[in-house]
Amino acid sequence: MKKINYEKYHWRKIKSTTMTALSIMSVVIAVIPLFLIFFYTLAQGISALNLDFFIHMPKPVGETGGGMANALMGTAILIGLGCLFGLPVSIFAGIYLAEHGNNTFGQIVRFFTDVLSGIPSIVVGVVAYILVVVPMKQYSALAGGVALGILMIPTATRTTEEMIRLVPHSLREAALAIGLPQWKTTLRIILPTALKGITTGVLLAIARAAGETAPLLFTALGNRFWSTDLGHPMASLTVFIYDYAKAPFEDWNRQAWGAAFVLIVLIFIVNMTFRFVTRGRYGDHQN
Amino acid sequence: MVIIRIKGTVMIETLQKFSPAIVSHKMDLKLEAKTVNAFFGKTQALQNVSLSIEKNHVVAIIGPSGCGKSTFLRCLNRMHEVAGGTMNGTILLDGKDIHENDPVNLRRRVGMVFQKANPFPTMSIFDNVAAGLRLNGMAHNGHIAEIVERSLQQAALWNEVKDSLSKNGMSISGGQQQRLCIARALAVNPEVLLMDEPASALDPIPTAKIEELIYELKKDYTIIIVTHNMQQAARVSDETAFFYLGEIIEFDNTKKIFTAPSIKQTEDYVTGRFG
Repeated sequence: MKKINYEKYHWRKIKSTTMTALSIMSVVIAVIPLFLIFFYTLAQGISALNLDFFIHMPKPVGETGGGMANALMGTAILIGLGCLFGLPVSIFAGIYLAEHGNNTFGQIVRFFTDVLSGIPSIVVGVVAYILVVVPMKQYSALAGGVALGILMIPTATRTTEEMIRLVPHSLREAALAIGLPQWKTTLRIILPTALKGITTGVLLAIARAAGETAPLLFTALGNRFWSTDLGHPMASLTVFIYDYAKAPFEDWNRQAWGAAFVLIVLIFIVNMTFRFVTRGRYGDHQN
Repeated sequence: MVIIRIKGTVMIETLQKFSPAIVSHKMDLKLEAKTVNAFFGKTQALQNVSLSIEKNHVVAIIGPSGCGKSTFLRCLNRMHEVAGGTMNGTILLDGKDIHENDPVNLRRRVGMVFQKANPFPTMSIFDNVAAGLRLNGMAHNGHIAEIVERSLQQAALWNEVKDSLSKNGMSISGGQQQRLCIARALAVNPEVLLMDEPASALDPIPTAKIEELIYELKKDYTIIIVTHNMQQAARVSDETAFFYLGEIIEFDNTKKIFTAPSIKQTEDYVTGRFG
């Protein structure tokens, strides 16, 4: 039997242990900010959180109390608009890329979708400003929706594509073999099969859009009053936080913390829903 | 009806000399492949394959893996091109070139059952069978239940699933799923049924069921079945074609192929000496 070179063996052990320790440390460091943010926001904002905060309007300057009902509503409407503008494009683009995207054009589209996902959101805001705000000569919820819609496109498109690609080829063949045309095969067989996965992508895109402030600053602008008029400025959670955090009133700062906490929880819920929805992808026995 | 092809030459004339009675017998041809070549990119998968298939007959295609059996089958309903393949030569269905018409119409007449059962996972058993009718707009709602029941009965599955038609198509056993796929193919009322190793993933009992089924279906359909299982070919088919390296080596009456093949290669294969 060959003798083990213990000197080298120990050296290898030390290297291995060091690397493991470094990896664990990195993981901890990566997660620390998340917990810090979560608990610090909770600690700072908890005192602002009560039922009034959710169902009341902001109070005029100088009065304490009040809520952010308009901002909650605004965020909901803006995300709805974002979905309306962004999702149809994303889903059809995703279908195209999956079904016919194996060519140069597909590669180009894929590349630019990836580039789009890396573009700073404030730039997207400028685009929406030029596209919508300038012609309408008014800040509006519509412009905010367009900005959020554009932001949703990369995530939603690529997820749709990936999920459609995951549908086994045998299903496509089964559908074609009973005499379905290509478009019906895609629409009625492939898309429903990939639906869970696509929902995932959509939820992720929504989560991203919900947390955006920059593109809303000069599109939806923000509004201290209740407004559901799409042609006018609209409040949103993120802009509410931005305004209240830099205000010189302690009560407002506190409310900004509260709103931030609410926003984090909302995004957390969306992500959890996404985990839940995708727990079993297709192939599991339903009913 | 006997046609022997040796290495690309149709031997009907030769045959006529020896046994004119056989060839002059009026053939009711359902499918006719004439010098079919099929390719995947630059790789040739089929070379000058010619084959005539009579109506209401069961034709088995045997041969070692990679010999082009499935490719030939997939040429017959133009599924070959779905996988990105190309072909030349002529394939006639009832005397008409299948490439003249839309593949969608062709596939409604030439149904297909695949090696691996592939029910639609988002649909119930009932909806799986009804899918072809509904999505093709081929029947009004009143008729669908009737056709679904008939198709499931033809596929010998009705008694097992009649109380659970709303259950998911993936929730039944593998053998049942395969018969569900057969029912789905039958529901659109095709004239020809292509079966690509339909029982290769199944236990003996569901395999026997599918074989019985093929025997029953013969009355109404023309069936072409690709199989790895020589006993199966011998049991279910009227004629058998032996493929090797993309060519038809021999095509003859099943009994003859398995008892007295004309060509040495066929004999070697059916007796298990190679392949």
